[in-house]
Amino acid sequence: MSQINVRVDGMDYTDDVEPRTLLVHYLREQLGKVGTVVGCDTSNCGACTVHLDGEAVKSCTVFAVQADGSEVTTIEGIGSADGALHPMQKAFHEMHGLQCGFCTPGMIMASIDLVNDNPDPSEDEVREGIEGNLCRCTGYQNIVRAVQQAAAEMNGRTAGATETMGAQA
Amino acid sequence: MTVTENAAELAPAKEVGQARRRKEDARLITGRTTWTDNMTLPGMLHLAVVRSPVAHAKITSVDLTAAQQAPNVVAVFSGRDFADEQGSIPCAWPVTPDMVNPGHPSIAVDEVNHVGEAVAIVVARSKAAAQDAVELVDIDYDVLPPVLDMEGAIAEGATLTHDHLESNESFHFVFDAGEIGTGGNTEQAFADADVVVSRRFVQQRLIPAFMEPRSVVVQPQGDNFTLWSSTQVPHILRVMLAMVTGVPEHKLRVVAPDVGGGFGGKLQVTPEEVLSLLVARRLGKPVKWTETRSESLMSAHHGRDQIQYIDIAADREGNLKGLRCRILSDMGAYLRLVTPGIPILGAFMYVGIYKFPAYLFDCRGIFTNKTPTDAYRGAGRPEATFAIERVMDELAVELGMDPLELRRKNWIKAEEFPFTTAAGLEYDSGDYDAATQQALELLGYDELREEQRRRRESNDPVQLGIGISTFTEMCGLAPSRVLGSLSYGAGGWESASIRMLPTGKVEVVTGSTPHGQGHETAWSQLVADQLGVPFEDVEVLHGDTSVSPRGMDTYGSRSLVVGGTAVIKAADKVVAKARKVAAHLLEASEDDLDFSDGKFRVRGTPGAEVGIQDVALAVFAAHNLPDGMEPTIDADATFDPVNFSFPHGTHLCAMEVDTETGMVKIRKYACVDDVGVIVNPLIVEGQMHGGLAQGIAQALYEEAVYDADGNLTTGTFVDYLVPSAADLPHFETGNTVHPAPGNPIGAKGVGEAGCIASTPAVVNAALDAVRHLGVSDILMPLTPERVWRAIHEGGDGGGRATAGTNAYGGAQTETTAGVATDASSLGGDR
Repeated sequence: MSQINVRVDGMDYTDDVEPRTLLVHYLREQLGKVGTVVGCDTSNCGACTVHLDGEAVKSCTVFAVQADGSEVTTIEGIGSADGALHPMQKAFHEMHGLQCGFCTPGMIMASIDLVNDNPDPSEDEVREGIEGNLCRCTGYQNIVRAVQQAAAEMNGRTAGATETMGAQA
Repeated sequence: MTVTENAAELAPAKEVGQARRRKEDARLITGRTTWTDNMTLPGMLHLAVVRSPVAHAKITSVDLTAAQQAPNVVAVFSGRDFADEQGSIPCAWPVTPDMVNPGHPSIAVDEVNHVGEAVAIVVARSKAAAQDAVELVDIDYDVLPPVLDMEGAIAEGATLTHDHLESNESFHFVFDAGEIGTGGNTEQAFADADVVVSRRFVQQRLIPAFMEPRSVVVQPQGDNFTLWSSTQVPHILRVMLAMVTGVPEHKLRVVAPDVGGGFGGKLQVTPEEVLSLLVARRLGKPVKWTETRSESLMSAHHGRDQIQYIDIAADREGNLKGLRCRILSDMGAYLRLVTPGIPILGAFMYVGIYKFPAYLFDCRGIFTNKTPTDAYRGAGRPEATFAIERVMDELAVELGMDPLELRRKNWIKAEEFPFTTAAGLEYDSGDYDAATQQALELLGYDELREEQRRRRESNDPVQLGIGISTFTEMCGLAPSRVLGSLSYGAGGWESASIRMLPTGKVEVVTGSTPHGQGHETAWSQLVADQLGVPFEDVEVLHGDTSVSPRGMDTYGSRSLVVGGTAVIKAADKVVAKARKVAAHLLEASEDDLDFSDGKFRVRGTPGAEVGIQDVALAVFAAHNLPDGMEPTIDADATFDPVNFSFPHGTHLCAMEVDTETGMVKIRKYACVDDVGVIVNPLIVEGQMHGGLAQGIAQALYEEAVYDADGNLTTGTFVDYLVPSAADLPHFETGNTVHPAPGNPIGAKGVGEAGCIASTPAVVNAALDAVRHLGVSDILMPLTPERVWRAIHEGGDGGGRATAGTNAYGGAQTETTAGVATDASSLGGDR
């Protein structure tokens, strides 16, 4: 067992972990942060994406001990303290960027990181930027719309340039 | 006109038709979900399944000692431990009276018949401890030759998948329109035809690949059990588990909490669900099993996998004369819940939207030593649609006709509905011309045809093609009588209940269990309109057999068409009961009351009104009800459709093919679908997008590949190519609306349309780009390698090379021999 100190979603934790414990298993099984999920064993699907010191990582590819001394943010920690949604969460809802919702936590975390790096991504840039995250339900089109809308809001541009939703709306 | 507009402004907007944002999202975007694997119960033990590394073998010895002695291991079981109580995984669809079912043990006892079959179970205090001990289970196998190729499996003297059976054939199902009376004599039609085109198409094996891995939690409480599972079908699962395990149905509660996608892949009674229940019963402890992705890809059921021999007959002018379909359908090693029924669901759709005077369908179900197949989005109908839409293009080439012109000449005209096809189905409504015209405009067809001509003339290395797929499908599964006539083991009705709470809030209970479709939102819209209550006042409950006791669950684009109709009918009953109370409270005759926007009003007496939500409170108090009336206005309804519904649409794909590299790229994809009345355009559009992604993925990316020893070589997401955002185009979608006459909503179903229609459009487009180079077929998926080979070496691009590492540590094969890599020498994942 190794002892680690991590700050997760604004709370400090000191825990003993097995050296082989993956960050995602530490989050889910020891901290109960089950908002972050496991979708594959090979770091292909990105469902487990969290932020490690502000950068998106696939938490199934990081050992818990590697997070020692770091700050981790999960899907459960991106809303504001008063319960308001993060612009990316709001945009996924508004643009119908999710169906079953299993990939959504990872997709949202990866998308926030994308927009932090590129405040005004084109459609192609969004598609390339989230290609490490798989979604089986949406065909990605509405995810792309959501990321673009959130990018506008996160960077103080008016959200409204994005195409109107719904074929019949 | 002004008056009308003012009236429209005054009336509250109808919910049906609005792009309501989904209620479900609140918990999903914040991570506050209840996936089965999120659950932890006091004292819960964890299961890990040991799986067969060989495709076909007798089990000669099992040694569990080392695993049993491993730290934190509580118990280890082999198949022998459950041989007397595990029964067989049920097959609910014996498609012929003499169908052969070899029986499907949840855990192998004496023999294994596919790689990934369960052979032992480790129970431990933690998931990690259970998985560690998997390595310590020692099983010896006497390896037998595997059956892997369907055409070889039906040859004289073929190796047997199951040595206690006489052949590898499970069933032989024939639908002969001439015999049934829905068409003419097929043999005669072909003998008399000017032109006959024959093709062999391969529907590769696919994997549903839902994002949430399967998970089961079982809690024993006395002689009662609660089982949570990541399933599409909690109601069917409960009945079947009771039958298989002998746990009485009333002692078993099944819950499907949030379920992360299914696509037919969770329409199953899985070995792991049975085993989890058996272990929990044996140990009297709560247990959890959650699969890894590799386990999911190799042991959860697969889809498609057919070889189709299609003959089409026509005269020189392009009038269709007959269609003959001979199908080999791979069952895999065992029959699961509806395995044999999948190709039969397609049997009635091969004629597509065309007026064939003669039709013959002949299908053999074949056993192989592979993972069993079963439902995957579309289930039989994508295979049928692919065959007819591909062969129509081949016929057009043979006749020298424009492929769209050939289709137009033969499809059912708008004024001919309802139309009974040669397959005996009565198509309900639609307008194929209108959808096609709209799709052509959406694509910019004429300009792209012009560009195609220019590229062809200039011998551009990047050629352009346009693919067409004009399709229909049967949805709204299903009329119970029809299911009975096809020997299906259950009905196709759906159930709903509406509970009016004292505060006027409404609980809607549906038997149709969602896993991403948005039932909670759409059903709220239906009820808000029907009862005239706010959308926000409606809560939709589902997925728990103790909350929603009756249901047939979600598959086959049935939920809105069948389950939504049950909701409407229950709401109508609530209004009828409330009317009696309202009349009593208003001291008026029931006949003098109008009900609209949630209020009962006495006709001709302004101000004399009572809202249905106030009636709910009055009924709760029950102080002042009509004499003899039960103090409730709650109601149940069960709806059994009389006919299927038939969505249709025209899908067009413009495809660039780089003739130098074999790379294909979708330039533009446009489709116009008629799914009947649209309750929520947001959800409909989302369903279309997702379906398109999966149908395009079949055409371009996905294939479950087995090597010569029966090892699945696409057992991770590294190898099984679920497309990413960068692999898919932007979709241009549109709708025409012809209400379905068979249900009061007018909905036809949308869950599978995109997946069914898109695959042939994509392949037809690629072929259209390179046909002038002598290419007439390319096997799916259209990998650059295959496309390049088809262009430069002729043929259909050939089978996918199986050379590579053996990911699962099984025996090295002829094809993998000599292809050693660092990873393969370790027998590990690439």
